[in-house]
Amino acid sequence: MSAVLNQLTPNAHSRILGTGSYRPDVVVTNEDVCQWIDSSDEWIQQRTGIVTRHRADENTSLLDMCENAGRSAISDAGLEPDQIGAVIVATVTFPHATPSAAAAVADRLGLTPAPAYDISAACAGYCYAVAQADALVRAGLAQNVLVIGAEKLSDYIDNHERTISFLLGDGAGAVVVGASDTPGISPSVWGSDGGKWSAIGMTHSQLELRDVVLDAEQATAGDSVMASSEAKLWPTLRQDGQTVFRWAVWEMAKMARKALEDAGIQASDLAAFLPHQANMRIIDEMVKQLKLPESVLVARDIAENGNTSSASIPMAMDRLRREHPEVSGGLALQIGFGAGLVFGAQVVLLP
Amino acid sequence: MASNEEILAGLAEIVNEETGLDEADVQLDKSFTEDLDIDSISMMTIVVNAEEKFDVKIPDEEVKNLKTVGDAVSFIVSAQG
Repeated sequence: MSAVLNQLTPNAHSRILGTGSYRPDVVVTNEDVCQWIDSSDEWIQQRTGIVTRHRADENTSLLDMCENAGRSAISDAGLEPDQIGAVIVATVTFPHATPSAAAAVADRLGLTPAPAYDISAACAGYCYAVAQADALVRAGLAQNVLVIGAEKLSDYIDNHERTISFLLGDGAGAVVVGASDTPGISPSVWGSDGGKWSAIGMTHSQLELRDVVLDAEQATAGDSVMASSEAKLWPTLRQDGQTVFRWAVWEMAKMARKALEDAGIQASDLAAFLPHQANMRIIDEMVKQLKLPESVLVARDIAENGNTSSASIPMAMDRLRREHPEVSGGLALQIGFGAGLVFGAQVVLLP
Repeated sequence: MASNEEILAGLAEIVNEETGLDEADVQLDKSFTEDLDIDSISMMTIVVNAEEKFDVKIPDEEVKNLKTVGDAVSFIVSAQG
């Protein structure tokens, strides 16, 4: 008779146990932006709803922001570091291809030897990570998972271009997903549309930068090729705003409706709507498309914080819980969407 | 299939809904951006609503060719044909 393998004992349910966020100190106003692009405070507010963005100074790293948000979320969940069974960091702005941000964050927070890894799903990164955390917990692979969405987008923008840079801010948001006696995370609705791979992304790959750096290294002393062209060589973000807007509103409204349907609830059952904070006009149009009742609180953190990609939803959730403690125990629809193109959505029970 | 006049009237309704502009101001020779002051985001909303109303597909890359109301009417007529 062959040996019988042990398999994990699953947990029946999962839910979000706690949240945390970190907003960096540097406030960038629309007046500041207008020094770099020909625009006005009125134009920017009318097109995007953004009044200010928070950006990190050069001494504040992506890891610093992750550490702050992560520590707050673990403490809010009422857990000790040794109870965290895995760490997932969703980011597209960690400046090392390897090793991961998550391994360093786990070390800083005293979570070693918890499994730790990063995922790249841009503005859907947090919802992708929640999908994974939910699966890990229910499979019994981890009892509690720390999920962090964090970006230092200011390292990857060109302040003088006008498709995306002026929208972007920095920050980190975190949640702890843990085992639960009752259902707290609905089936994830997630996917991709790589046919629109070039709708949002970097100007060019790091390999193109490498060629120039190698040339410069071989050049004779005094050659100033790097100094003169550095700004153009550094890859920065761009987007095709119209294509993205159309997809973000009408395609994502369908996915948001599917998330409600798969959760088995109606829009009127929601306490809050936490869409990715991409642009106030996208948020307004989605609210209209989804016919959300007035009673549903809609996160509009973008006005003060700009678009922080993977950090935007957990930051908005943390703020909502502080400003509206009455939402505790209520249901929130969260949906992230962005470069890939990729999207992810769930209905979650708010801690 | 709608006539040119019906398409113009339908577009005027959509533009009015999105921007609050008087339907009578939406004329064939009017430029969406310069005369009607419609921004790129509102333009996309108008395009998607027009697709639904007239049962046509207006691809993203076609939108930038629709400079005037007349361009949009012509495109919708040919797309319906």
